[in-house]
Amino acid sequence: MNLTLKIWRQKNANDKGQIVTYPITGIEGDMSFLEMLDILNDQLITNGDDPVAFDHDCREGICGMCSLYINGEAHGPDRLVTTCQLHMRKFKDGDTIFIEPFRAKAFPVIKDLVVDRSSFDRIQHSGGFISVNTSGNTQDANSIPISKNAADEAMDAATCIGCGACVASCKNSSAMLFVSAKVSQYALLPQGQVEATDRVLNMVKQMDEEGFGNCTNTGACEVECPKGISLENIARMNREYLSASLKG
Amino acid sequence: MSGILNSSIARKFAMALSAFFLMFFLLQHFAINVTSIFSADIFNDLSHFMGTNPLVQYALQPVLIFGVVFHFVMGFILEIKNKNARTVKYAKNNGAANSSWMSRNMIWSGLAILAFIALHFYDFWFPEIKTKFIEGDMSGLIDANNAESGLRYYEELQHKFVDVWRVVLYVIAFVFLALHLLHGFNSAFQSVGANNKYTKGLKTFGKLYAILIPLGFVVIALFHHLNH
Repeated sequence: MNLTLKIWRQKNANDKGQIVTYPITGIEGDMSFLEMLDILNDQLITNGDDPVAFDHDCREGICGMCSLYINGEAHGPDRLVTTCQLHMRKFKDGDTIFIEPFRAKAFPVIKDLVVDRSSFDRIQHSGGFISVNTSGNTQDANSIPISKNAADEAMDAATCIGCGACVASCKNSSAMLFVSAKVSQYALLPQGQVEATDRVLNMVKQMDEEGFGNCTNTGACEVECPKGISLENIARMNREYLSASLKG
Repeated sequence: MSGILNSSIARKFAMALSAFFLMFFLLQHFAINVTSIFSADIFNDLSHFMGTNPLVQYALQPVLIFGVVFHFVMGFILEIKNKNARTVKYAKNNGAANSSWMSRNMIWSGLAILAFIALHFYDFWFPEIKTKFIEGDMSGLIDANNAESGLRYYEELQHKFVDVWRVVLYVIAFVFLALHLLHGFNSAFQSVGANNKYTKGLKTFGKLYAILIPLGFVVIALFHHLNH
């Protein structure tokens, strides 16, 4: 199929940037979206042009690096997939495809389609962990009784890959789905109880300091999340935060 | 507790609490107004009670005004903060693919409701304050010097809805109110952390509330316009 790509090009973090149009031909439906970009970059390099910079690592939907906003949606029009899992069969011959970086003040563009998501790392550092004695006397996790429901819900929350699609999709650039998934995966388990109060307070504080917006419950994050993280996690974090606030 | 009142979650919690209060007030306002369709006397008696009872006038009314002002001021603050969180807009954004129009445009439906409140105050609240607290007439009578003249509230209500343009403006405002509530009702529950086995039923109830209450107000306005 033949396509017209409208891609955000930005030389560096300080460049203003602009949408540049590239026609591309000979794209197969079985190609992944990133393979299509590889072909474009081959052409650009052959012609002596600067290739389009985009993030990618595993190309199997688990690293969360391929942060592209495609035709107005994070990771494109398909559901429960990352950009590397998006196939070109989702588009039609002659389509015009807009490809932009994830937009948020807390995700500054480094170059072209690559954004700096270290704000997520700083949120995680502020409380997304449990303290474990690693002196050799660590208790076997399987010896702690955990209900099936709690284990399942914690696992569902832990499937968040931190790709940032929630932030990109939210009209307010809110990071609540990501942070709530990270809070929930510990809040649901006994191992997470010791630091529960500090965890939610610190992570929310860091989230606010990074400049993410407020959650207005549009639900866009849940729809666009490649891992199907539920809004229930945000409600759980709200409860955790309010009860932690009262405890001080 | 330091800094908590400035947190995004605490702000949304406060927004939700004021929303619960306003939704309860709306229900009470509707319950009184709807009596005007069935009985002028009951409407007059209830209006007189609400307009002259010291608890309502000096305790509940200031709380209500604070609730309204807090809700829209906090709404503006959150909107400005949210706009600042994305300084470069998308060239192409397909919001309809993942969220409802109502949820993405609460600020606009809210502004329409705010404009309506200004009109509603001009129509009813300011004249009430003038009559009661400036002219000092707390009688609630059509003619303060004639006890036989009857209570004035029903007559004032009917008089207001003679003009068709006012009815049109009220109907438009109630449409925006319905749109605001269609997202706001359940959003408030999510903001206070209530997402559980009752959520599905609550969503249905919220939709019914969001449609039936504004529709009821429309019916009342049309009834008095057509039956004057």
